[in-house]
Amino acid sequence: MSGNLSVRVWRGRADGAFQSFEVPRYASQSVLDVVTHIQRKLDATLAYRYACRVGMCGSCAMTVNGVARWTCRTHVDKVAADGRLEIAPLHHLPVIRDLVADMREFFDKWARARGSFRGTKTRHDGFAAVSPASRKRRAIEAGIECIGCGVCYSACDTVAWNPDYLGPAALQRAWTLVNDVRDTANPERLRAVAGDGGCGACHTHLSCTERCPKQLSPTAGIAGLKRAVTMAALRGTL
Amino acid sequence: MSFRSQTLLWVAQRASAAVLALCVFVHLGVIIYAVRGGISATEILGRTQGNALWLAFYSLFVLACAVHAPIGLRTVLNEWGAWRGRGCDTAMWLFAALLAWAGMRAVMAVTG
Amino acid sequence: MNSHASALGNDVRARNHPAWWAFLVHRLSGIALAIFLPLHFFALGQALEGAAKLEVFLRWTDQPLFHFGVWGLVVLLAAHLAGGLRLLALEFLPWREWHKTLAAIAAGFTLAAGIAIALAL
Repeated sequence: MSGNLSVRVWRGRADGAFQSFEVPRYASQSVLDVVTHIQRKLDATLAYRYACRVGMCGSCAMTVNGVARWTCRTHVDKVAADGRLEIAPLHHLPVIRDLVADMREFFDKWARARGSFRGTKTRHDGFAAVSPASRKRRAIEAGIECIGCGVCYSACDTVAWNPDYLGPAALQRAWTLVNDVRDTANPERLRAVAGDGGCGACHTHLSCTERCPKQLSPTAGIAGLKRAVTMAALRGTL
Repeated sequence: MSFRSQTLLWVAQRASAAVLALCVFVHLGVIIYAVRGGISATEILGRTQGNALWLAFYSLFVLACAVHAPIGLRTVLNEWGAWRGRGCDTAMWLFAALLAWAGMRAVMAVTG
Repeated sequence: MNSHASALGNDVRARNHPAWWAFLVHRLSGIALAIFLPLHFFALGQALEGAAKLEVFLRWTDQPLFHFGVWGLVVLLAAHLAGGLRLLALEFLPWREWHKTLAAIAAGFTLAAGIAIALAL
């Protein structure tokens, strides 16, 4: 592996522009390595966000050659065969500066989708017994692995077309709680994810499923919510 | 519009879609049959006029269209036309009424 | 939430996967059919004034441009039907990894309907 990468990096806020850099190419180089090289060696004013570097924390997601990705576990070889990289902040979120997107809207929607657990037991009660083989437990097996990186939200066109739409991650979170037998907030949760901004707004573009770095399918959870909301609406319990 | 009404619209969209799936399947067959060797008014009307089965089938088809199309168009206008709220909803009710009226008029004309 | 610039919106690079194209076909065919429906109904309504009136209309439309239009509309109808069934299956049946298969079936059905109507016309 030798030569240089031609890298265009977004600078400034939403009305900013791409700036070009030449970055030496290495074997097994990640896109995050490229950004870090620019910040350490070429332009110390570059703003970006990362923490764990190993695909656990979900903080380094950016738009790489037009596609939302986790940069720490995206190899340059895989996305820049022709030696060109275009790195921008996540789409559909306000830009704070350079590669840093403002995640507030993304996480506020988790709250709006009733994404927090509400149980009845206290520390003095025993453990809830949930069979790993039960249908409900298996339905949330994948969804609970979400690391909240925002890639799905950035990939989803519906969040841009319909600003009220809660988005894939928040709805997937709601789906895990709908299936949590310990949770007691479910009548309200189904109301929170119904209507024009809820699960029904999903057009099954499957962009979230296509781009999720953890290979989860928020679309599957959203489809589950659609069925649950439909049943509740028909029963008159919504 | 309340989130309950929005949800019922969504359910109506899917329910009408299921009805339309059957209707369109039959309709496609009818089209392919009807256009063979050129289409003619006497041939079409000879088949359909006074036939209660076609009357019932195409009435159901028209009403399902009148439910399905305006709900879909509402979403498109919300998302791509940035037209939301009462104005858009009213326009869609009117569109539904237009489809139901013109559609039933056509059904009556062809099967009556 | 319009604080992101259009330069940072999704483009074809983000959207280039089968389900997104299936969505686009479904939406555009839906819009076209919604516009066509009232015209279709008014045209058939001509028969209220007798078969002769409808015949005049049908003769007027008996030209290559209209034939192509009819063919296009039937293809859009078939595409919207097949794409709609695909969506109902994804939304209402237990989730499985079959969305690409469903899209392929929908495309195949549309193609078959397109050929069938072209041969009949």
